[in-house]
Amino acid sequence: MRLRFLPIAAFLGFVFLYGPILSLVIFSFNESKLVTVWGGFSTKWYVELFQNQQIMNAAWLSLKIAAISASVATVLGTMISMVLTRFGRVRGRAIMTGMITAPLVMPEVITGLSLLLLFVTMERLFGWPAGRGVTTILIAHITFSMAFVAVVVQSRLSDMDNAIEEAALDLGASPLRVFFDITLPMIAPALIAGWLLAFTLSLDDLVIASFVSGPGSSTLPIVIFSKVRLGVSPDINALASLIILVVSLGIITAAILMRKGARK
Amino acid sequence: MNKPDIAAETKPWRQDGVKPFVRISNVTKKFGDLAAVNDVSLDIFKGELFCLLGGSGCGKSTLLRMLAGFETPTSGKIEIDGQDMASVAANQRPTNMMFQSYALFPHMSVEKNVIYGLLREGVAKAEANDRVADMLRLVKLDGFAKRKPHQLSGGQQQRVALARSLIKQPKLLLLDEPLGALDKKLREETQFELIKIQEDLGVTFIVVTHDQEEAMTLSTRIGVMDAGKIEQVGEPRQIYETPNSKYVADFIGSVNVFDASVEIAAPDMMRVQSAIGPILTEPMAGLTANQTVHIAVRPERIHLSRDPAKAVNSMQGVVQEVAYLGNISVFHVLLDGGRMVKVSAANSLHDDNPITWDETVYVSWNAAASTVLTR
Repeated sequence: MRLRFLPIAAFLGFVFLYGPILSLVIFSFNESKLVTVWGGFSTKWYVELFQNQQIMNAAWLSLKIAAISASVATVLGTMISMVLTRFGRVRGRAIMTGMITAPLVMPEVITGLSLLLLFVTMERLFGWPAGRGVTTILIAHITFSMAFVAVVVQSRLSDMDNAIEEAALDLGASPLRVFFDITLPMIAPALIAGWLLAFTLSLDDLVIASFVSGPGSSTLPIVIFSKVRLGVSPDINALASLIILVVSLGIITAAILMRKGARK
Repeated sequence: MNKPDIAAETKPWRQDGVKPFVRISNVTKKFGDLAAVNDVSLDIFKGELFCLLGGSGCGKSTLLRMLAGFETPTSGKIEIDGQDMASVAANQRPTNMMFQSYALFPHMSVEKNVIYGLLREGVAKAEANDRVADMLRLVKLDGFAKRKPHQLSGGQQQRVALARSLIKQPKLLLLDEPLGALDKKLREETQFELIKIQEDLGVTFIVVTHDQEEAMTLSTRIGVMDAGKIEQVGEPRQIYETPNSKYVADFIGSVNVFDASVEIAAPDMMRVQSAIGPILTEPMAGLTANQTVHIAVRPERIHLSRDPAKAVNSMQGVVQEVAYLGNISVFHVLLDGGRMVKVSAANSLHDDNPITWDETVYVSWNAAASTVLTR
């Protein structure tokens, strides 16, 4: 009884999760201009999408911002987690750890608004950053995604046996060498996972970006959102399908890499 | 054969004027208000296999980590080979450490693990490779060079860790519970291998362990630690036969301890009063009447018989428990005074009528069999 019910429950669960995504992918190959009516198979929306300069520019900008902010956030987040795990007996450590995770649960509207206020004040005080644009989006994305990286890397670091690094030090390696020879290879899976997380968060972000973006710096989510407000056109389906493809490839790669790392 | 002088044979600690190789003077380490190591002074000589023995949290690992340079003493001084270690960083010290968890580099092969220290020292690749091959032969791991640590058994990993810590030929090797993770049989085999390697290479070993049997087997001398302090330092035999405190007597091996007060302390005899009645012991200088003492008697020093014995201390009791351990049997005898006493006796091959449960027996021991402890 229980055995027969479980596969059905699992099936329904997966349908619930992936049904909407699947229908989106199917409708991206729809011949018809009407999004909800099937008019035969066609790839014309993909062709149209690649000819749409506005979307292409926004996509390129979003990818650039995501890559840069993920990289910087990974470096900073790793530094934070090193500090929090390695300098164990520092006063106020618990509060600092809590403060690191706070941005994870902070409503995006508040993060966006406070960053906007900060940028405006800074511009008035020292003239930098001049106006809102790519720089401010980058800073904003680095700020919130580095908290995620820190959490991911921290859990890996605290699982790691300190003695392994001490052993390298004991064998005559300088602290810097220990980091590059031992620590970095051992936390590499967490770094990749953190980078991918930061990358997708940045690619995905609409709320914070709309607060801190300026003219000429519309990211992909901003462009999609403004287009959808005028009605969903089938080329958006095509675009969404492509994003799903990229994201799935990234996640699968990360999973394979992490499994390899774990096996080692 | 030109073997290095073995401290186990020369016993430098028994002689005057021999310079110690490691000198720990009044070292204290505090974590917050808690003193993990409290004013410890200890001399260790070249070629020794010294065991720091104690329960968990007694400060033995902290002391070891201060020798390695992972912790800085709050106060006091550590000298190795005449050099003050205060300003020497962990990666500059003439010591190497074998970790309890082995701490092998999981992403490197056995060979890479072992060669790591040599390359950091700037040894040429070709020479380093030769030395690694020799070392792997010494620990019987030739043929495993290309394996990753997770592909090895616990015993093999332990030998990789040993090889890695010996490859730089340190003057002093620190071993933190080196055999803790091995099963009993493998541990016993490895103990003797460890002694052989130590004697062949002439390296000074300091071993931290909580296993008194391991300490007895391995060491030239044992330092028993409790609550951050060294309770007693001595050769295994000294520690076992003449413990200086109740804690040490209790920690090393099995023992019966009776709280007592001194009745007669004459130069030629001593008698104390205890819960099990008067006990006669060897005289001990410096004791006065009514002083509180503890009388420690090892189970194997007590004689068990069905008939009253002639020994000076003899009491009647009933056997409550018998544990047959093969070579010996351990008896728990409830004395008439209500006190339980542990007695162990060697099993003879043709004993058709061994003492068993609920028999009335006599336990007895000579004055020389017990040790008088004042603390």
